[in-house]
Amino acid sequence: MNNVFVYIEIEGCEVREVSQELLTKGRKLAGELGVELHAVVIGTGIKGKVEEQILPYGVDKLFLFDAPGLFPYTSAPHTDIVVNLFREEQPQICLMGATVIGRDLGPRVSSSLTSGLTADCTQLEIGPYEDKKSGKTYEQLIYQIRPAFGGNIVATIVNPDHRPQMATVRSGVMQKALYEGACKKEVVYPEVGKYVSPEAFVVKVLDHHVEAAKHNLKGAPIVVAGGYGVGSKEGFDSLFELARVLHGEVGGSRAAVDAGWIDNDRQIGQTGVTVHPKVYIACGISGQIQHIAGMQDSGIIISINSDPDAPINKIADYVITGTVEEVVPKMIKYYRQNSK
Amino acid sequence: MSLKIVVLAKQVPDTRNVGKDAMTAEGTVNRAALPAIFNPEDLNALEQALRLKEQHPGTTVGLLTMGPPRAAEIIREGLYRGADTGWLLTDRLFAGADTLATSYALATAIQKIGDVDIVIGGRQAIDGDTAQVGPQVAQKLGLNQVTYAEEILKVENGKATIRRLIDGGVEVVEAPLPLVVTVNGSAAECRPANAKLVMKYKYAACPLEIADDDPRRALRAERNYLNLTQWSVADVDGDASQCGLSGSPTKVKEVQNIVFQAKESKTLTASDQDIDGMIAELLNDKIIG
Repeated sequence: MNNVFVYIEIEGCEVREVSQELLTKGRKLAGELGVELHAVVIGTGIKGKVEEQILPYGVDKLFLFDAPGLFPYTSAPHTDIVVNLFREEQPQICLMGATVIGRDLGPRVSSSLTSGLTADCTQLEIGPYEDKKSGKTYEQLIYQIRPAFGGNIVATIVNPDHRPQMATVRSGVMQKALYEGACKKEVVYPEVGKYVSPEAFVVKVLDHHVEAAKHNLKGAPIVVAGGYGVGSKEGFDSLFELARVLHGEVGGSRAAVDAGWIDNDRQIGQTGVTVHPKVYIACGISGQIQHIAGMQDSGIIISINSDPDAPINKIADYVITGTVEEVVPKMIKYYRQNSK
Repeated sequence: MSLKIVVLAKQVPDTRNVGKDAMTAEGTVNRAALPAIFNPEDLNALEQALRLKEQHPGTTVGLLTMGPPRAAEIIREGLYRGADTGWLLTDRLFAGADTLATSYALATAIQKIGDVDIVIGGRQAIDGDTAQVGPQVAQKLGLNQVTYAEEILKVENGKATIRRLIDGGVEVVEAPLPLVVTVNGSAAECRPANAKLVMKYKYAACPLEIADDDPRRALRAERNYLNLTQWSVADVDGDASQCGLSGSPTKVKEVQNIVFQAKESKTLTASDQDIDGMIAELLNDKIIG
């Protein structure tokens, strides 16, 4: 009862990295609250194949549901399992990836249990809360912190009276780490039929096709990112060239993605990828909070912007006042000259 | 087979193009500086509905929205593009709703509409980006759902075949009706307004929009399609305690305007000398190279 739960996402028998990142965060939260870290994983033919990808992140108890029809993921069976398990276990916190699966499952579970759910959190902390209206105080709620309103403000959300307190977090926002401390590492294999009825399996997956990622933006040591100031799809060519010579990857702001200048899977920010590169080169990016949330932990930040007052300049180590068109080719040129 | 389709649509502030005047001097959001628009992915959803209407004669497409009286504007925009009807959920009791209270209100309205085959909406709205309302509505109604849909490939024998996005790939699923579908922005764009439909519906309004001295009273009496349906909590037999702020389990503890921790930055120009110097410095410090 009252533990911290993480829903583990899998592709076949492979645990998704986002779930391991959440286990590491969940372990820390459980430690602060003095409770256990539990995990639930649901799939087909996973028994004996996924436990070692989950337990080393500090899991006290893993609930493993293995039955035909549970992979690929469909909404109803996974919802039924999680909802019925939570009715028994009464967790106080549940974390899920802000992935396609987490964003499909999380709202259904929250709707079933009438519990609050906060999407795309960028920080999770434990702290007290006082409800000014009712005068009630709460000792240890989870602060679910996220940019809101298109990333122009940051909101701290709490769920005072409903359990579990649910949050989704994007891949890469938290850092995964194997847990060194002691934990129970118990695994249980509940009987699937007790949690989900055969009628839940009505949606059929006719075709399921997953490709390996085309790029490694999340893990790239150098990121060249373009925003609205790049001006056009062709304008990104020089960014790709800069990334190529520096052995980095190219990303984009939401504005550049919305304009169709760069693929959606390269969007950096709260609603895209979070990156932690050694060097982040922001080209024509003004720096909305929702973008900053996805790159603020970069080592060295270089901002190229024709507007000397662009918000991103405040967190930049190098501020270059100029156009992307002019500056990026010069960076390529002088890198080639100086690195010889 | 003819279908009864409800499109969930939201009027949102255009957060994608936030200029400097969108924030007040005190650091709060100046909503007045942001134009109100039809949530982009809801338009993708409307297009999927209108395509089904073309493929299945007798199909009706209605827009359901919740918001202040001015949100009726997006019902009109839907009618201009080919929808048949619309419902505006408007009541002070709906104010301050989080996604769960919103989905409760929408689900009760959908029950009131009755016998709906497909509920379809955008994956998420650009003012919150939560993607929660679609699945929460589905759960409240006990319906199946297909999220992140890109195209409804066909509807036959009471089943829909849908192509949807998943992380790193695509899936084709078959799901029985009735069904909730949420549509991704990568789906086909919505058709533009049709001039004839604009002429037909431009005076369509909900009761709260109509002034006492309305000059088109006679016209509205004659053409019933100009009278948009407006519903309060009571009209949809809703439980007020599950609506608005009181029906919202999540509370906003605080809202912060972000003040960036200013770093000590080096300010450079675009001159060759400055760029050359910076690159040399980064190489020298082994930060790049």
